[in-house]
Amino acid sequence: MDFQLSFLMSSNVLPLLLQGAATTVRLFSTAWIIGILVAFLLVGLRAVPNRWIGRIVALFVEYHRNVPTVVQIMVWYFGMPEILPQDIKLWINRGDTEFLFAMIALGLNVSAFFAEDIRSGMRAVPHTQLEAARSIGLSAFGALIYVLLPQALRISVPPLINRSLILFKDTSLAMAIGVAELSYQTKAIENLSFRSLEVFFASTVFYLLASLALMGIGAWFSRRFPPAFKG
Amino acid sequence: MIDLQHVNKWYGQYHALDNVTGQIKKGEVVVVCGPSGSGKSTMIRTLNRLETIQSGRIFVNGEDIYSPGHDVNKLRAGIGFVFQQFNLFPHLSARENVMLSPLKVAGMSKAEASDLAAELLTKVGLEHRIDAMPAQLSGGQQQRVAIARALAQKPPLILFDEPTSALDPEMVGEVLSVMKQLASEGMTMVVVTHEMGFAQEVADRIWFMDAGKILEEALPRDFFSAPKHPRAQRFLADILSPKMVGHAPDAAEALA
Repeated sequence: MDFQLSFLMSSNVLPLLLQGAATTVRLFSTAWIIGILVAFLLVGLRAVPNRWIGRIVALFVEYHRNVPTVVQIMVWYFGMPEILPQDIKLWINRGDTEFLFAMIALGLNVSAFFAEDIRSGMRAVPHTQLEAARSIGLSAFGALIYVLLPQALRISVPPLINRSLILFKDTSLAMAIGVAELSYQTKAIENLSFRSLEVFFASTVFYLLASLALMGIGAWFSRRFPPAFKG
Repeated sequence: MIDLQHVNKWYGQYHALDNVTGQIKKGEVVVVCGPSGSGKSTMIRTLNRLETIQSGRIFVNGEDIYSPGHDVNKLRAGIGFVFQQFNLFPHLSARENVMLSPLKVAGMSKAEASDLAAELLTKVGLEHRIDAMPAQLSGGQQQRVAIARALAQKPPLILFDEPTSALDPEMVGEVLSVMKQLASEGMTMVVVTHEMGFAQEVADRIWFMDAGKILEEALPRDFFSAPKHPRAQRFLADILSPKMVGHAPDAAEALA
């Protein structure tokens, strides 16, 4: 067995790996932002006292939690263009279609989990906190922003970080529709060079280090903003 | 300042407030007492609309607070409310708890609000714990922060809903003495409490409630020396010399 680190550094391999890693990071961060925004929207919609809105949100959440993520990605990539109007289809096809659909699919997928994590954090804040916030003259919105969310989000952070890690690893599923992220590039290099050991070693180290960095951010946040408010 | 007119509230079949009528003048301290479940807390919570009512009217400073379109945030900003369980905001320090309403409701600057918080926390005897988190404070200290938080609204009226009931006995005194000081400064106060010593010493008037009704309204000396309503007589007899029940004679002796 010969492990050649120099192979990874060569000029026809390293750029591909770096490009793949960059696409992975870009896919993760854009999907994460979509996820957190849609999650807040879902939490807000759930609070609307309308049975049908509640049911639609519940259906959305259950679909994204119970259908395999890779299937959700394929539904967007292969299924949605059938439904979308011609103009939008053409507009999407002008850009990076694969990346765009993977980003939407992963973003919506993670939003369902984020929404549940935020909602359970909100439910962990006692109702008396809302009363106290309103009793000092804060509006419902003020109570939410200054009193309820700061407490709820502290409770939600560990599960949110956990889910973010899963999202980071799930970006590799986008290779199923041909997004040239890190796993796709790894496989492509391996196919051409047969240097499986080196190239999978490189991508493993990247995923591991990036995940550890995410966990580090989570640990720092939990120390800085402890949910139990102990002194 | 406060005028309740034929206020009724039901929880389903349960008649929580039964035709409650009464007035409280500016600068008065009214102590509301009565057995558990008599509607005391429900009544005091209607005064800043933490509860809804089904009929009757409540006026605060001449305004009908349950009339449609009445600005509930403005009403509450002008009334301090002190809860039995303190309900401090656990993610904020003592100072930040006191600052929140001046900052976000009254629109004060950060520096002004911070100075005000320091001043009020000093007033309640917590100048050494200004930047402590609620979890680092004893129950009595937390309740004093809660009183400072209410004072930060610069309210002409403060409502106290059993402010000492959740405290260890040795911490009751520190909270009551702050309340006595406020009363002596002319604050209008409505206090739901079982502290009869406080009622005797500080109250201008006593409201005795049972089954959602105000059964007796009296001056403290009249109420404690000669309660008129039989239910009030029984209530006072029970709380001033509690009867030991069951196998209690030993315990009663031990306590004597």
